[in-house]
Amino acid sequence: MPDTQALVMTFLTSLKNATARQTAELLRSVISQQRVPYTNQAGALIDAVKAVGEQLIAANPVELAVGNIVRRVLHIIREEDLSLTTAAIGELNLSAVSDDENDDDRDGNTTLSAAAVAAAARSTLRPPSLQTLLEDTPVSAAVPQTSSSGAADKSSRSRKLKHDVIEAVNELIQDIVTCHEQIAEQAVEHIHQNEVILTLGSSRTVSEFLFAAKEKKRSFRVFVAEGAPRYQGHLLAKELVARGLQTTLITDSAVFAMISRVNMVIVGAHAVMANGGVIAPVGMNLVALAAQKHAVPFVVLAGSHKLCPLYPHNPEVLLNELRSPSELLDFGEFSDCMDFGSGSGSPLLHVVNPAFDYVPPKLVSLFITDAGGHNPSYMYRLIADYYSADDLVVQRRAIAGN
Amino acid sequence: MGAQKKRAAAAAAAARVSEDPDDLARQPLQAILLADSFTTKFRPITLERPKVLLPLVNVPMINYTLAWLEAAGVAEVFVFCCAHSKQVIDYLENSEWFSQPNFTVKTIESHNIISAGDALRLIYEQNVIHGDFVLISGDTVSNMSLTQALQEHKERKKKDNNAVMTMIIKKSKPSPITRQSRLGTDELFMAIDPNTKQLLYYEDKADHSKGTICLDKMLLAENPSISLHNDKQDCYIDICSPEVLSLFTDNFDYQHLRRHFVKGLLLDDIMGYKIFTHEIHSSYAARIDNYRSYDIVSKDIIQRWTYPYVPDVKFCGNRATKLERRGICFTAFNSEIEQSRSAQVGSFTVIGYGTKIGSNSKISDSVIGEGCTIGSNVLIEGSYIWDNVIIEDGCELRHVIVCDGVIMKAGAVLKPGVVLSFKVVIGERFVVPAYSKVSLLQQPTVHDSDEELEYADNSSGTVEFSSIQGTADQSNGEMTSESSEAHKPKLGTGGVGYIWSICEGGQEEEWRHSVAPIPEDKLTELSEAMDDDQELVTQDRTALSTSGELISDSNASEGDDNEDSKDDSVYFEKEVEATFLRAVEENVKVDHVILEVNSLRLSYNMTSADCAGAVFYSMMKLAIKTPHSSASELQQNTANIITTWQKLLKSYLLEIDEEIEIILKFEEMCLESAKEFSPLFARILHILYDKDILQEDAILRWADEKEGADESDKVFVRQSEKFIQWLREASEEED
Repeated sequence: MPDTQALVMTFLTSLKNATARQTAELLRSVISQQRVPYTNQAGALIDAVKAVGEQLIAANPVELAVGNIVRRVLHIIREEDLSLTTAAIGELNLSAVSDDENDDDRDGNTTLSAAAVAAAARSTLRPPSLQTLLEDTPVSAAVPQTSSSGAADKSSRSRKLKHDVIEAVNELIQDIVTCHEQIAEQAVEHIHQNEVILTLGSSRTVSEFLFAAKEKKRSFRVFVAEGAPRYQGHLLAKELVARGLQTTLITDSAVFAMISRVNMVIVGAHAVMANGGVIAPVGMNLVALAAQKHAVPFVVLAGSHKLCPLYPHNPEVLLNELRSPSELLDFGEFSDCMDFGSGSGSPLLHVVNPAFDYVPPKLVSLFITDAGGHNPSYMYRLIADYYSADDLVVQRRAIAGN
Repeated sequence: MGAQKKRAAAAAAAARVSEDPDDLARQPLQAILLADSFTTKFRPITLERPKVLLPLVNVPMINYTLAWLEAAGVAEVFVFCCAHSKQVIDYLENSEWFSQPNFTVKTIESHNIISAGDALRLIYEQNVIHGDFVLISGDTVSNMSLTQALQEHKERKKKDNNAVMTMIIKKSKPSPITRQSRLGTDELFMAIDPNTKQLLYYEDKADHSKGTICLDKMLLAENPSISLHNDKQDCYIDICSPEVLSLFTDNFDYQHLRRHFVKGLLLDDIMGYKIFTHEIHSSYAARIDNYRSYDIVSKDIIQRWTYPYVPDVKFCGNRATKLERRGICFTAFNSEIEQSRSAQVGSFTVIGYGTKIGSNSKISDSVIGEGCTIGSNVLIEGSYIWDNVIIEDGCELRHVIVCDGVIMKAGAVLKPGVVLSFKVVIGERFVVPAYSKVSLLQQPTVHDSDEELEYADNSSGTVEFSSIQGTADQSNGEMTSESSEAHKPKLGTGGVGYIWSICEGGQEEEWRHSVAPIPEDKLTELSEAMDDDQELVTQDRTALSTSGELISDSNASEGDDNEDSKDDSVYFEKEVEATFLRAVEENVKVDHVILEVNSLRLSYNMTSADCAGAVFYSMMKLAIKTPHSSASELQQNTANIITTWQKLLKSYLLEIDEEIEIILKFEEMCLESAKEFSPLFARILHILYDKDILQEDAILRWADEKEGADESDKVFVRQSEKFIQWLREASEEED
């Protein structure tokens, strides 16, 4: 697929701005350009998406949203295929072991016993549940079987599958685009008259949320912790004031002193993990701890594309990113501290600038996603709705096997 | 994602700039990348591989430069290849760089180019540069955003057509002891106009022994304020207007970008071309110029100053690595390494794909390449080990560079500063001495101690290389068979390679530019030397003032201090003597000598009595120095000198006091420095009287004063008793 390859290359070069939406759009074009074979259409699509998705994830592993979208798209393909298959099953008597030779190239599961195939077919037909998530199903077995259907309506089905998938991906893109608004719609339910809200740094979701509450004539105050070392809180304060909100800017280290006057902490997130833990800009754990100490609700706003089906202890997950020390201090001023030319040659001064913090689920009071408010312990359920267990590891066999 | 935004902003801004309708630079930004540094500082490694392809934290240097150029919004890059051009072109062709959208890389190849100036002249002839371009060499690491600098450059250019170049600088303090920058280059002095940021003065070869730098007085006359910096580092990233290329063509003798071009433009006030500077603060830029900067830039990369060009973020040409926490610091790891459980990998270390590390080995502050095999009980500290190196058990490496394919047999030790070039084999238990460079190739016989020769030498280097390559191929075969005998004494049993003798600048320079940190004893030595220097400088100052060219030293004018005034009178006497001797030798007119002595007298704040004494002293000294065989001859000489120079002496004999001073001085001389005169005392006194230098009153007063003195002091009075007697009688007669 040379065309898509070029697209992927463009994406990789502009990868630094890789947002969820762009990922979805890219995958949509991958799907639409993928030539679908007569058999195993879903398998072909999944392979194509996985191949591209793997590159995307490897290119910037810290941007979890990219991986999330890849998995969402894979899930969509499976779902659509499943609905088609269930429809087809009604008409045809499914013979489970028909097209095995077609699957040779994929995983060489020709030796699968009929029983295993039947079990796999069953699991495919079952709606996603906690059990399927935990069950150790043979990953490959789930998909190929679905293609085994009569040749009569193949062409129409293949078109239909592709069409349906693209439709669903479009919906997903729409969801991502509107997620800020959908979250903001819930603002009035959470922000009440004369409350004091504290936030850290700047997040578009949070600012939209606050603006929405303001537009509904709620009057409240906002404390903004500046969010060192990037000080995006300064920008947020500016925006808030422009909208006529009473704003107080504080340093991050003053959070504990101010928290007793705060009614609610509302923050954005970089990613929400499967256990309900949050990966958020550095300094967030400090805010969460302060909030817990004073029993202030700690509310995290996150679009559903930020829900990550992985656990933070998963070695796949790159939890943090160390950024350039120049955000902390001026290289020129400290250049004499970093003269490796004398002494032992090893630097005595080391500047660490992590981008993210991990906030454990027990410190979070509420998640607000575009699907409504959720308890941290409910996150796994949302994730089961959005993702297939088969896709958690987006990596092709050959590499995983080594 | 600040950097991402920055990039996005940079891209957007670049787009905005090109959208600007009245901007002549509608075409995309171009860059010239010199894939050759035209120096020999990385020899012997660069004999086998071009410098831009040397791995820097496991990624060839040129990738950092290209990745940055791409991110900075450059659309077209011309890579100029000279030495080992084939290797560079092959590498680029197989890399991802040729297949990038919106970023074209083109190569220009030439073999008979010996300097950056020639390269730019060639590019000018090819007529491929159409607008402003970025001039950079392939060994530069940066993450700066060009947007602002570019915009400033364009705006200046619009106002003033002579603003041809913007130079990127960065603050970085030089070491006060070694007088070199962090990167091991010489301390750089720059004078910049603080308002316009125009570069007015550039000096990277200041002579520190003198302790002075010279600025043209015109600079101060023309510019109301100048800020003089020594804490700026030249990043060797230049934004140039197309005129720069034609300037190089016009001035065919320009070779070096800084030494000739920049200094040439600064000195040339006819054309009035101007160079401006742009200082970067939060971003990083540095050029790898020597082994020390290789070490420092590597460490900066590991410490993430060059973010996002760091080992664990993927940019072109590096494999995915992961950071792991070691203690409080971080280490970049590839997931595919084999590490023994008991091996200790310390902080600030990068370990490449497929490397094996044996038990009980310790590694810290180092970079290890791909596919290396490290035995057990190996110690690696602050070293750079490239790909496919085999290090057997018990080796020790401290602050060294080990190139691809090197084999170190068990127990070998590399002392700090060693560089092992490609495929060298170090024998068992062999200790390679500090700062030595080992290569399979023999040291070229052309010794280039003079840096100016670098260009010439480089040309021979490239030509010579092909022949060397040939012989190396042959000798590779031979070596494996013969080496056991031929090189046994050199690199231990089984060792293969030649130790290069240290030539350029000798040991003195080696420690300055090597990968190893400057040893402690060198530092103390240097700081002591510096203290001495300072003393010297202060002494110099007094010496200067004794020569009378400067207005009086504060010490002398205070004069209260006995020590000092005594010192001063001694200096003064010496000066007068020197002046007098010069006058005698060069036949200076008496009037001029008087002038000179007068100026000395003023500068030392001396009385005319002092002058008289000093002048007389010098005359007597001269007399005694003139060859003579007998006392009478000496007397004759003295008489001659006095006759010749009596006018000089007389000009200081205004009163009797001065005359007495002369007699006292003479007496003192006879007693101490010039005892030869003592028998002649009376006679010379007579001569002086005859020549009207001394009046009888003075002599009589002197005699009277001596009346009450000790017997020992009266020697000369008694000697000249007859003369005094005669004088007394004469005066009585007159009465």
